Amino acid sequence: MNNITKTCSLIMVGVGGQGILLASEVSARAAQSCGLQVKTNEVHGMAQRGGSVTAQIRFGPEVHSPLVPEGTADALLALEAIEALRVQHFLRPDGLAVVSTQRVIPVTVSSGGATYPEPEPLLRRTFRRLAYIDALGEAEALGEARAANIVLLGGLARHLPLPLDAWEAALALCVKEKALACNIAAFRRGLALSEGI
Amino acid sequence: MSVLLSGNQALARGAYESGVRVAFGYPGTPSTEILENLGQYGPAVYCEWSPNEKVALEAAVGASMAGARVIVTMKHVGLNVAADPLLTLAYIGVEGGLVLCVADDPGQHSSQTEQDTRQYARLAKVPLLEPSDSQEARDFMLAAMEISEKFRTPVIVRSTTRVSHSRSLVETGERRVPERAIAFQKDPSRHCPLPVWGRRMRQELEERQAAMAAAAAESPVNRCEMRSPQLGIITASITYQYVREVFPEASVLKLGWSFPFPDQLLRAFAQQVQELVVLEELDDFLEEHVRALGLKCRGRELFPPCGELSVAKLQAAKDRLEGRTAEPRAQSRLPVPELPARPPVFCPGCPHRGLFYGLTKFDVVVTGDIGCYSLAVFPPLNRTDVILCMGGGISMAHGLEKAGEKRKVVGVVGDSTFFHSGITGLLDIVYNRGTATIVVLDNRTTAMTGHQDHPGTGRTLQGEETIAASIEAIGRACGVRRVRTVNPYNLKEVHTALEEELAAAEPSLIISRAPCPLHERKPVGPRHRIDPQKCRRCRACLKLGCPAIENHQGEIRINPLLCAGCGTCAEVCKFQAIGPVGEEGK
Repeated sequence: MNNITKTCSLIMVGVGGQGILLASEVSARAAQSCGLQVKTNEVHGMAQRGGSVTAQIRFGPEVHSPLVPEGTADALLALEAIEALRVQHFLRPDGLAVVSTQRVIPVTVSSGGATYPEPEPLLRRTFRRLAYIDALGEAEALGEARAANIVLLGGLARHLPLPLDAWEAALALCVKEKALACNIAAFRRGLALSEGI
Repeated sequence: MSVLLSGNQALARGAYESGVRVAFGYPGTPSTEILENLGQYGPAVYCEWSPNEKVALEAAVGASMAGARVIVTMKHVGLNVAADPLLTLAYIGVEGGLVLCVADDPGQHSSQTEQDTRQYARLAKVPLLEPSDSQEARDFMLAAMEISEKFRTPVIVRSTTRVSHSRSLVETGERRVPERAIAFQKDPSRHCPLPVWGRRMRQELEERQAAMAAAAAESPVNRCEMRSPQLGIITASITYQYVREVFPEASVLKLGWSFPFPDQLLRAFAQQVQELVVLEELDDFLEEHVRALGLKCRGRELFPPCGELSVAKLQAAKDRLEGRTAEPRAQSRLPVPELPARPPVFCPGCPHRGLFYGLTKFDVVVTGDIGCYSLAVFPPLNRTDVILCMGGGISMAHGLEKAGEKRKVVGVVGDSTFFHSGITGLLDIVYNRGTATIVVLDNRTTAMTGHQDHPGTGRTLQGEETIAASIEAIGRACGVRRVRTVNPYNLKEVHTALEEELAAAEPSLIISRAPCPLHERKPVGPRHRIDPQKCRRCRACLKLGCPAIENHQGEIRINPLLCAGCGTCAEVCKFQAIGPVGEEGK
């Protein structure tokens, strides 16, 4: 059913409320449907109040730690531009980063003295393989801004060792029926946008 | 069939399968979802949010006395609150199986302390089971129920953040309810720990320890995985998973039932390996005992004494163990400039913001409490000065005043926290002639843990309508004469209330009431925008610390995706530059 011989690790990051948990859930279900062992970890509680939120997903023939060891993630998905940089140490050197161009300015910048750096040069310098996608714009064009997470998931899925129909079946399990068509469209849009990375 | 479950879902599944009839708890990250999930098996299982953990455990003891299987859920600090009934319960013992599910928070992701619940098992002399993944969470719950009834003792199943909030595949089974009548059997010499019987109970408690230690050594919940005899690692809980990644060749004594310590097993394992290492998160609970048995081992000196463990920390421990200088293995690709921090903040539209903004206008000491509103500590509001524990916001205010603090003191608690342990503090203020101003931030839910009902919401955990307790009426019943309710979205009303109550020479209770918009799942009002023609860049709106108001490269704007339409920013703008979208300025 699959030819995966070692553990595949994913890191997903965003700001509370952006839909990281759904993206994590879809990935886990997709891997599970391929007969693999799956472990995930998600942050709950205080960090969800507008702070950075991270989810970790690991799948393979045998998975022990639910947490991704630093420097070993195969891919990173970021719903916010600079959040990708915050977790960059998890990614292996040739790992893939799928990053949204969306910026959410932290309160420390708005009312404190901190500055929000220009993300693109930093992202290009940090990630050898980068898909920098206007996921929010793409999702809005499909009529559902909240599907930005699924656009990015499509970008990620192209480069992961799971069959595409497993992803779409997992989406069907995780989103409400009336939202499915839009989410499938978002997924396929992301898939197209990360070609050749 | 296997299903993907979080540790908390699996604990709930195990409780359901073990025939649990009743369950009690108080929300607390990372334990909350255990009871929420068990509640979904209703009506076979009765589940409730109790006002606090002590009440939850006491109610559970009643259920056990009637012969029912019962669980109680809480986070580690909740066990501090429930410690009084727990220690006596260990003497009395149980009738129906009673399991406490306690979730620790190594790394303090959502907690004020990093205490190790295993110490409570030793203090109370009750068995301790520690699952390391979701399958074990389900399995150990079933085992714990059997142990509880076999030895007539409460049992602690201890989870941690990474066990509770990680998901993995679980093989489930059918629910089996023990066939027995639910009927209390009167037996005062067993159920009443008066000294005349309590001394016998103390003796029996001690005798039970040896029997349980022997059973633990035989139990399949503990297992010995023999691989290379060169290195043997004793470990438990989530650390086991890291050990398997970092030391694939090592023999492992994986403790699932770690207290009473299975001495026979520890000794036998030590004999079979050349070098013995104990790897455990938080306190040196196992290591101290292994050393006390006279077994030579290494452990604590290999990794830091606090914070949660990780594969990286164990790799560094392995380096030290093998005599190498520990080097960082994960090479970051390129140095990234310092990123602006993104701490948790009050959500857009949060009703707490208006109340704390109001407090910034007064020279007072603010004693805070545990909940979303703890975030008022941070800039730009900076309007909480001390935080201790659930309910502490009220009692500390009283103590500050009695010590002679010159400024007025304001104690701030949430609604759920007020019911949890704020009422006794309020009684203290009234009874002992205090004058503190107490604010209850009533957002109609237990917000920080993910919106649980409480005695004030009029709804139970399993969705039944019930009588809603009135904070105003409780305040008056405690003897507070100055009780008033304010709308925190109306800054003038907040200011007037604070001004008048702070001037009063007697205790005041202000209830700041507006539902949590995150819970309501709808905006407070129409989205707002800033008219750039009218904005003078005075930054007054930024002092609210609202994440929807973005100040980036000199331009101040409201992020339309984030704005919840509370209008608080429009109230603080002196230039009428902020208004609802669709009215002026569009």
